[in-house]
Amino acid sequence: MEIPVLYYLYLSIIIFTIGLVGIFLNRKNLIVLLMSIELILLSANINFVSFSYFYQNIIGQIFVFFTLSVSAAEAAVGLAIIVIFFRKKDSIHVDDINVLKG
Amino acid sequence: MTIFLFFIVSTVIVVSSLLVILSKNPIHSVLFLILVFFNTAILFIFLNAEFLSMILLIVYIGAVAVLFLFVIMMLDINVAKLRKSFLNYLPLASLIGFIIFLELFYVVSQSKLDIAGEASVSLNIGDKFLNNTKIIGNILYTDYFLLFQLSGIILLVAMIGAILLTLRKRSGAKKQNIHDQILRKNK
Repeated sequence: MEIPVLYYLYLSIIIFTIGLVGIFLNRKNLIVLLMSIELILLSANINFVSFSYFYQNIIGQIFVFFTLSVSAAEAAVGLAIIVIFFRKKDSIHVDDINVLKG
Repeated sequence: MTIFLFFIVSTVIVVSSLLVILSKNPIHSVLFLILVFFNTAILFIFLNAEFLSMILLIVYIGAVAVLFLFVIMMLDINVAKLRKSFLNYLPLASLIGFIIFLELFYVVSQSKLDIAGEASVSLNIGDKFLNNTKIIGNILYTDYFLLFQLSGIILLVAMIGAILLTLRKRSGAKKQNIHDQILRKNK
């Protein structure tokens, strides 16, 4: 039996919502916040691939390829910023990040 | 049978992504994130996207998740202190999550998707003679060649930026000075 496209869309909605709630819940830990962003990107990727399958159009999968490379770059730079922030302040508390505040 | 497998895989995805944001220890979060990526790779195989599923395994699990793991192990965070004001944000987070979920659910359930409609591009993914990787390569290296190069440049810039950000000169570290070494008098 063929899986309807709506099931994939519902799954991606659920993952997106979990990632969004994770950003709000983890106000203490920057790393879990980055992981929530990865979950949101993953939900977008599931949408792309499912539409690519159901419309029989390969462009969706190519776009997922670009999304993957950009998210890998984002994770690398974000983690590097977290590392230098931890070296300076000795914590990764979100409330401690107020150096730029006037 | 396939739909049964789909329900198992998606249940694992949802439960483990909940555990990513709820578990106390960040290491457990990363391990559940790896489980989410792995099950999503299985889901992509259902959708005939074998190349992307392997890329997900290699790039996400092999590189990104391991990078997260290394950073968490390097930073030595106090686990118990991090969870103190978890309950303060719970009402707001659940409210916003509920609203967003209802909106997206309404939009998706009311949408009239014409799935059986026209295939806008003549490419057939389920072709017997061309496999998925070959089709992606045919498009990626011709029509999307400039974008492909651009994504390479993005990765290069990210690599240089990450190295430059974390580089530091420590006093007392022993380094090789090639100029001095060559000009050294032989006694």
